[in-house]
Order: sequence, then structure tokens, then C-alpha cells
Amino acid sequence: MLAFIARRLIQSALILLGVSFITFALLYLFPADPVRQIAGRSATPETVANIRAQLGLDQPFVVQYLRYLGNLLQGDLGRSYLQKTEVGTLIVSRLPASLLLMAGAIVCELMLGLTMGIIAAIRRGTGTDNSLMIVSFIGVSAPQFVVGLLLLYVFAVQLRWFPIGGYGTFSHLVLPAVTLGILGSGWYSRMMRSSMIDVLRQDYIRTARAKGLGRARVLFRHALPNAILPIIAMIGIDVGIFMGGIVVVESVFGWPGIGQLAWQAIQRVDIPIIMGVTLVSACAIVLGNLVADIASLLADPRIKVR
Amino acid sequence: MTTQEILSPAAQVAGEAPVVLSVRDLDISVRQQGGVKPLVIGLTFDLRRGETLAIAGESGSGKSLTSLAIMGLLPPPAVHVAAGSIIFGDVDLTKLAETKLQAIRGSRIAMIFQEPMTALNPVMRIGDQLVEALRAHEPLSRQAARTRALEALRAVRLTEPERRLSQYPHELSGGMRQRVVIAMAIALRPDILIADEPTTALDVTVQREVLDLLRDLSRDMGTALILITHDMGVVAEMADRVLVMQSGVMVETAAVGQLFSAPKQAYTQALLAAVPRMGQGREASVKPLWRPLVSIRDMVVTYDLKGGILGRTQSRVHAVEGVTFDIHPGETFALVGESGCGKSTIARALTGLVPHQGIVEFDGETLGSTPAARFAASRQMQMIFQDPMAALNGRMRVGDLVMEPLVIHGIGDVASRRARAEALFDRVGLTRDALDRYPHEFSGGQRQRICIARALALNPKLILADESVSALDVSVQASVLDLLAELKAEMDMSYLFISHDMAIVENIADRVAVMFLGQIVETGSSAQVFGNPQHSYTRRLIDAVPHPDPSRVLPVRAVHASDPPSPVRRVGDPPKRLALRSVGSGHLVASEA
Repeated sequence: MLAFIARRLIQSALILLGVSFITFALLYLFPADPVRQIAGRSATPETVANIRAQLGLDQPFVVQYLRYLGNLLQGDLGRSYLQKTEVGTLIVSRLPASLLLMAGAIVCELMLGLTMGIIAAIRRGTGTDNSLMIVSFIGVSAPQFVVGLLLLYVFAVQLRWFPIGGYGTFSHLVLPAVTLGILGSGWYSRMMRSSMIDVLRQDYIRTARAKGLGRARVLFRHALPNAILPIIAMIGIDVGIFMGGIVVVESVFGWPGIGQLAWQAIQRVDIPIIMGVTLVSACAIVLGNLVADIASLLADPRIKVR
Repeated sequence: MTTQEILSPAAQVAGEAPVVLSVRDLDISVRQQGGVKPLVIGLTFDLRRGETLAIAGESGSGKSLTSLAIMGLLPPPAVHVAAGSIIFGDVDLTKLAETKLQAIRGSRIAMIFQEPMTALNPVMRIGDQLVEALRAHEPLSRQAARTRALEALRAVRLTEPERRLSQYPHELSGGMRQRVVIAMAIALRPDILIADEPTTALDVTVQREVLDLLRDLSRDMGTALILITHDMGVVAEMADRVLVMQSGVMVETAAVGQLFSAPKQAYTQALLAAVPRMGQGREASVKPLWRPLVSIRDMVVTYDLKGGILGRTQSRVHAVEGVTFDIHPGETFALVGESGCGKSTIARALTGLVPHQGIVEFDGETLGSTPAARFAASRQMQMIFQDPMAALNGRMRVGDLVMEPLVIHGIGDVASRRARAEALFDRVGLTRDALDRYPHEFSGGQRQRICIARALALNPKLILADESVSALDVSVQASVLDLLAELKAEMDMSYLFISHDMAIVENIADRVAVMFLGQIVETGSSAQVFGNPQHSYTRRLIDAVPHPDPSRVLPVRAVHASDPPSPVRRVGDPPKRLALRSVGSGHLVASEA
């Protein structure tokens, strides 16, 4: 088990290296010039050249990348061009909010998605099944900014159950987490439904019924633990999907997380922040998958660690 | 000799014993598009205490549905009991509410299923699954239930029962899993035990053990046993009374001795005639005068198992370990052995589907391992697999499937390929218009004929038939085997026939090799191996085959199941090679420790 985790962590480091290179290269090729943003429109060519030299942006690509990598290995993510703050400090101050939002979203999508999926599977082919699958289809296809604005309008503006935006209490968390989770709950309900239908057809379910077990026990003790196995791996992939959604949802709800930070940085071509957020996201995705794989290992005794 | 004299003592007792289950005019139907289709019609029978009733029939006869109906486990909502009654004690099971049925299921009427590999929950420990079955019906503490579970595991003759409790199903062999399922079923001493093809998925020696176990258990506990099977050998050994079904209707019912000695109905007679029988071993019809068609020398196939941080090879599966044999032109060479003995791996290595070491000569030339050499060889060697449904692409027309080998090898044009496919269909007994249909429109036997036609398309010199008739009903099996024999004579081919079924091998093979753990333990002509078996393993295999003869007296045995021997070895510790010694005219036997 430890050998497996060690091997996976080494692989993860290589993945992060690849991500850093690709992102850095893309930003280098990006037509917008960060120096113009910093210097402002009225700056003289000398000022621009000065700033460029100061930031090291006049160096060739390879030198720039290796310098960034060298700093990175020492734990230095660089300094924001515009905010004049350490990127590391910025991310650390924003990360808890985003992690909280993601945790809320995962809970929300699992609760909604799994429940819907299980009910649809049991009531397969009925009106309940059909309506649930229509709901999940809407969840999958509705754009997050639309869902977010709709939830805001209904539950914050009209019903006044939840605050319109901001951060701090549990009620602040509900709407953004639901918005972020609805997409995933659509996927989970569909996956759970088909996984559950598949499992309910298996011989061991018939064996369980032949033992004389009640419906509930057959469902929750025998079917569910098997049906959930393919879902566990999905949760790891989900973390990656969240990273995209977080940028939108945090902007809509004014949630002070790294999504908002990234959005502002992209608008201002603040390369060190973009790089930092990208690497942190990649870390989250890689770790999310690792955790999901370990969870699969623990949940399924048939998987052997090699 | 009267019927009563042939019956076993248990059956005589059963004749007077009280009726525990009484099925009357049972109709089972399925709702489908365009109406209701009957699956079982007017079935009536009684089951007496302590009696073993065999329900025999081929697929689609309704025998499994009958057992599911008794358990109240018919797949809802489409399949249902349309009429009739199933009286257990003083209640009609067909009219009982689900919660009341649950109380009977598993405690008064228990069931054992066909496929032990999938019958147990893969993510739940054996012990938990047993304890759960006990506690569903009796108010036991966890500890008391555990003790009872251990008793049950001992009763089904599993070694190390304590350890089994904490194991997961995948850690046990198929035979051991089936014992666990049986333990679960008998733990509460049911009045009726229904066994639906309980040994069909098991190896023959394991089948023998499980059958002995079931017989002993039902005798010791006075449990009435309903045994559902297609295997007339199993029927002959196990049953007191037999009920033969065909297409949902009871054809004949009689005491076992009477049924086998004087079957009344034509269907029963045909069914019994189609059963392959042992003891008819044949002399090799081909004398190995010519150069062999296939010559395999010291074939080794191993799979590496990697582990550790660096992913180094730590152990190896020795699937095939130094196998040597020849197949002569026009000969049927059979590999027999139980699952995991390496017989299918040899076929895969021969066709280049898995890499191997050792020399393989085909028609005098060493087979290369390059893709081009393999491609050329594939024209001479074709395979027929076990499951014809899985072997045919369901989205292609069967005509296209049969013509595909010709397309791949660039032979002929559209018209000539079509003509070839038509000729092949004529030959294997299918109509020409069938060429434009899809695989799901055919029966199992017809599908296997399609696979045979496809294998013949290239006029190969060798056909590798890997368990090619194992999935078919006996009557279909017999006709497919006849077809294979005719084709061999007509087309001058050789067969490498791979099977676990000793009776079929004895009937079809010219020469035989018996395999165990990747090595040949005995080889010779069919008559030598089956008529004069020398190795203890060969004898065990032959003795284990159930004979379709109820008067045969069975020796008393009580074999305990423990972990099977494994072909997995640490690196640097290869298995000991068995030395074969000759006992006369091509009959080779491995020396035993």
C-alpha cells in the first residue's frame, strides 16, 4: 500500500512538471502583454523596457521557465505583477474558502445524485424514473451561471432564505455549493442509476433474496456497496471539473476563493497568479484522484495493490 | 426386476414419507410485446420428505423458472405465475405476501445456484454473508451466529473454516465458493433444498465432491432435494425420482431406475441416447507415419506478476510448463484437464495470441513470431470458441462474419466470397437466406454452426476447438460433434480439441493428453488413456465423471476442499518438470512422487 502511494506520488510530481511547462508555454505565447497592463497606456517605451527587464520578461523562454521552476522547487510561486504580493500568500489566504465550497458541492452532489439514482433504479421504467432522469438531464445541461443566477433570484431575492453573496456563515455556503453541485448530481444520478440497475441483476442479489433478507437490507447492504464502486473513481475526476466551475460560481456569488483570484488575474494577465492557481488546481486534481483510488482500494477487496 | 428393487433405500422411504411440497397445474408466463407467452404449462408434481427429485431438461424447458417460482423469485414484473398453486405445508406460496415469503425463503426452502463465481457478494466477507443469513431468521447474537456459521462450513467439508469466515469470495476457488453457498443454504436445516445446476460450472473432480456432499447432507438432515440439471449422469447418481421437461411441459416422470432402463417417451429416449458415455474408448484411427502437422517442443508460457515500488517481477504464473506433443494430419488430438491447467493457453500460444517460449513447427516449418508469419499461419489455423454468442459480433450479419476471413486474407471477390459462404452454410446445415440475418436471431447450436462455417472459410489444416460444445444442450452437442467428425473426414483437417468433458473427449479424440498445472501428466491414444489410465490424476478425473447409469454403485468418499494448488511461483523457483516415461506404443506417463 505504501509502495503504491509512493509510486503514485512520484507519478504525480511528473504530471505537475508537465502541467507547469504547458501552462508556462501557453502564457508565453499568449498575445496579451503583461507589461502593458502594469505600465499603463501612457507609459514611455523606456519605462516599458525597464519593467520588462525588471520582471525578466526580456529573457528567452527557456531561461524564464527554468528560473520559474527553480523558484518553484524552493517553494516560491513568485510575486503578483499588480498586487505586489507573494502569490503563495494570496493562494493560501484564498484556498480554504474554495476547499470549503468544493466540499459543500461534493456533499450536495452525492446526496442529490445518489438518492435520485437509487430511486430511479428501483422504480425503473416508471414515471418516477422518467421524471428524475429529466431533472438530471436539466442538471447536466444547464450552464452554471444560469443556475446560479436563478437560485439567487428565487432563494435570495424573492424568498430571502439565503444571503445574496459573501462568505462567513453556513447559509452563505448553501447556494454556491448547490450551484456547483447540480452539474455533478446530474452525472451521478445517471451513473448511479445504471450501476444500480446492473448490480440488481447480479446473481449475488438473487442469493441475498434467496436467504430471505428484506428488501431494504438487500438494497443497502448488498446492492449499494457494489453499485457505488464505479462512482468512487468519478469523485476524483470531479475535482477537476470543479476547478472550472469554481471560477464561474465564485464570481456569481462573490465567494473569496481561488476561482475569483484566477478570474481577476486572467483579466489583468497577471502571469504569476495564473501559474500559481493552475498548479494548485493540478495538485488538487492529482490528489483527488489519488484519494479516490485509495478509497476504491479500501472499498473493493478484489483490487490488489501491485 | 421390478422398479422397487432398483430404487435406492432412500427412495423407498420417500415413497411413504409425507409430501412437503405439492405443485399443482402451475403455469408461468411472461408478458411481452404482443401478449402473454407461456413458459411453463400445467406442471404438477409432489415432493416427499427426504426425497431427491431431479428436474431434467434442456435449456428453455422451464426447469429453472419452476425453481424460481417455488422461491418466489421470478424476475418481476414480466415473468409471473399465471395459474396453479405451490402448496408448502398448508400455505400456497404463489399467493403469499412478500414479507411472509421472506420468512420461508432461506429458512424452510433454500436454494443453491449454478454460478458460484457470482453467487456471493464480492465486497462482503464470507462470514458476514453466512451470519446475515442465520440472523435473518433466528434471533441469534453475532457470536452465536458465528458459531453456527462455523458449524455449517465444517458440514460442507471446507478446510480451515475459521479463516474462511474472514475471507472474501474472490479468495476462494469455484468449488469452495459453491460449498459456501451450500453452507448458507443448509445452515438453517431447510425442509426443501433446491439446487439449480449446482455443479455445471465446476470441474469434474470438484463436481464429484459437491455431489457427494449434497447427497450426504440431504440424507443426514432428511431434507428434500430438488435437483435441476441438464446432465443425465448427475440425474442417475443423485435422483430418486426424475421429472423430464421440454418447452415448459412435463414429458415424463418416473423413478430413476425405471426412467433410465425403460424410458417411455420419445423425447426422453432421444435425450438419453444423446448423452456421451464413457468406456467406449477408441483406438487411434491414424497411424503417425507421416510428418506431424503440428509439432510442439517444450512450450512454456508464463505471465509476470509485478510488485514493489519499482514494479519489478516478483512472481510468475507458470500457465504452460514445458509441454511437448505432435498433432498428425487427419488426427483429433485432445487436451483434457480442469480449469487453470493451461489447456486453453496452449491454443492461444499456438495461434500467436500469447507469447511463448519453445519451438512450434507447423507443416514442417518453424512458426515465426513476426506479425507477418503469424498472419500467414492464421490461414492454416482457425479457432472455434466456447460461447458462440460472444464469439460473433452482434452488429454484423452472419454472412459478413463468415466472409470476413476471406476479406482479411484478400481471397476472391464479392461474388465468389458469397458463393463460398453459401456453400459453407449448406455444409454446416444452415439455410442460405440465414446469411443476411444477425447472430441474435439464431439458437445456440445454430450459432456454433456459424462459427464452424467461419473457421472453415479459409480451408485451414488445423482447427482449434476450445470447449466448443460445452455450452450446448446435449442433443445439440451430439449433432455438432457429428458435424465436426464429418467435416474432418471430408476436408482432411486435424483438430486440437480442448475440453474438460472426459466423456466427449473419449468419444471424439484419436489421441489425448491429460494436463495438470501446466504440464502433461499422461498422453497416448484414447484407448490407452481411458482404457488403461496409469497416472493417479487421470484415474481421478475418469472416476469423477457421473455415469448415466443409476445402478452403478458409488464408492463412499468425503473429500475436504482446501486451497487448490497454484501455478504462481516466486521468481527463481520454477515448478519441477515432470519426466514422462513410456509404458508402451506412444503411451507416456509422468512419474509420480
